[in-house]
Amino acid sequence: MDAAPARLDVARVRQDFPILATTVHGRPLVFLDSGASAQKPRAVIEAMTRCMETAYANVHRGAYRLSELATEAYEAARAAAQRFLGAEHAEEIVFTRNSTEAFNLVAHSFGRALLKPGQAVLVSEMEHHANLVPWQMLRDAGRGIGLRVVRVTDQGELDLDDLARHLSRGDVGLVSVTHMSNVLGTVTPASAIARMAHAAGARVMFDGSQAAVHRAVDVRAIGADFYAFTGHKLYGPTGIGVLYARRELLEAMPPFLGGGDMIETVTLERSTWAAPPARFEAGTPAIVEAVGLHAAIDYVNALGMEAIEAHERDLVEHACATLAQVKGLALLGAPQDRGGVFSFALEGVHPHDLATFLDRRGICVRAGRHCAEPLHARFGLEGGTARASFGLYTTRGEIDALAAALDAARGFFA
Amino acid sequence: MSTEAAGFEELRDLYQEVILDHGRRPRNHLRLDPCDASARGDNPMCGDRVELFLRFAPDGRIARAAFLGRGCAVSQASASLLTETVPGLTPAEAKALAARLREMARTGARDESTEALARLSALSGVHEFPSRVKCATLAWHALEAALDGVKEASSE
Ligand SMILES: Cc1ncc(COP(=O)(O)O)c(C=O)c1O
Repeated sequence: MDAAPARLDVARVRQDFPILATTVHGRPLVFLDSGASAQKPRAVIEAMTRCMETAYANVHRGAYRLSELATEAYEAARAAAQRFLGAEHAEEIVFTRNSTEAFNLVAHSFGRALLKPGQAVLVSEMEHHANLVPWQMLRDAGRGIGLRVVRVTDQGELDLDDLARHLSRGDVGLVSVTHMSNVLGTVTPASAIARMAHAAGARVMFDGSQAAVHRAVDVRAIGADFYAFTGHKLYGPTGIGVLYARRELLEAMPPFLGGGDMIETVTLERSTWAAPPARFEAGTPAIVEAVGLHAAIDYVNALGMEAIEAHERDLVEHACATLAQVKGLALLGAPQDRGGVFSFALEGVHPHDLATFLDRRGICVRAGRHCAEPLHARFGLEGGTARASFGLYTTRGEIDALAAALDAARGFFA
Repeated sequence: MSTEAAGFEELRDLYQEVILDHGRRPRNHLRLDPCDASARGDNPMCGDRVELFLRFAPDGRIARAAFLGRGCAVSQASASLLTETVPGLTPAEAKALAARLREMARTGARDESTEALARLSALSGVHEFPSRVKCATLAWHALEAALDGVKEASSE
């Protein structure tokens, strides 16, 4: 592209999201929890409705027009996800229920079949439980596969020296780390991590649940072997996620779940597996949701990931400046490269009380440990934090409203 | 009243002065050592925690209650109010009180038929906040667990 990225017209974008016109407790909705799940544009809602009203049947099964239409739509969604991630082949895209399932799939299939006893999986201290618990389960499955944890610096960044130290032991089979922290907002240097992992003979998987929403992702430029994201955070529906995996890896991997659609031949004694990606998509898939995800990808592409990123950089800058003015507020982490996620503690106000207070002003934030208990322990915040996370529809005005409400909360509670 | 004003009214109902006061300055906030019964209540979702300690009088009534914990104003105030309310009660009376308290937190129905319940009625405002009900009941789950000789309780 030669033109400079178009600027995001946020006022217009907001009109695409019906829910943003609603009120909460008589106040305009200020939705600052997009990191947990994003709101849906009309294009997604309508695409799903249209699919059910005009082109719905099971996929890959019926030799009739409607089933062919549904199959085409489902496979078109796969192709859209392929282009969205810059993958070479559509067969490298496996639809899952969400990111969590993608990690469980890789841990179960790749972890059990292709990692060898004595090898270890390397995660980081800032992982969402989705990229921790499946590896703990693999470690505990009695196959001699270890699990080690790379440290996070006080700034809230992945400690690359510690990563190098772990890799130098020569036993790491897989590095599985986040591409953007859902707590700190830290964007990790994915291609550097991939290079380090590969140089040490390890495969690398990224948790793109947050990153894919905020940045253009190119799995080939990064050098990712596996990459996961989840539809509902990308303005798409719940119930659908994406696992990217390099073709030769998928071909070598055994199935995760068994059932219909994932087999080649079945006798009562045994079955042979279908080729990827069908091998990993047992049972009737999330057809309508795939159509919704396709619409979501088309939606963000039409706005332009560069324009979305530029808008969010502006929001991050504004939030850093504005939140710094709030008395008694301590931000968790200060990463150099940060996406639109801010977790914080407010002196004298518990995050839960704060979230309740803000809710009565129409402001939705998350309170708790955001599925990242070890990270909160790392920063000595077992009681959790409050978290504001932005989407492409977030405005500077909403950040100002948050800051004003935080001051008011201190007045109310402290 | 506008919905906006009603929203703030509810906030005041939840965070009555008693709750804010007990939240800021919890009473009986210490470990009883030795104690006759204790139990820990955890709310795994938000990390609230209450560890409750009880001592009994020779007649079997609760003589002293204390707690340690961390969490939101509601969970800590509820625990603090509990420690002020249960001394003098028999285990059966304390359990009945816990059941009434949980009912009140869920439905908001104030019950001032006993002095103990009247004191706790400040916790009834939580019923307008479904996601916070378990904050108010955490200590009471721990109380029941302590009286039943169970070591851990959860308000999930
Ligand atoms: C960084 C990160 N990883 C994984 C997940 C899990 O996503 P899901 O619940 O859709 O599987 C989330 C969100 O909850 C997340 O923020």
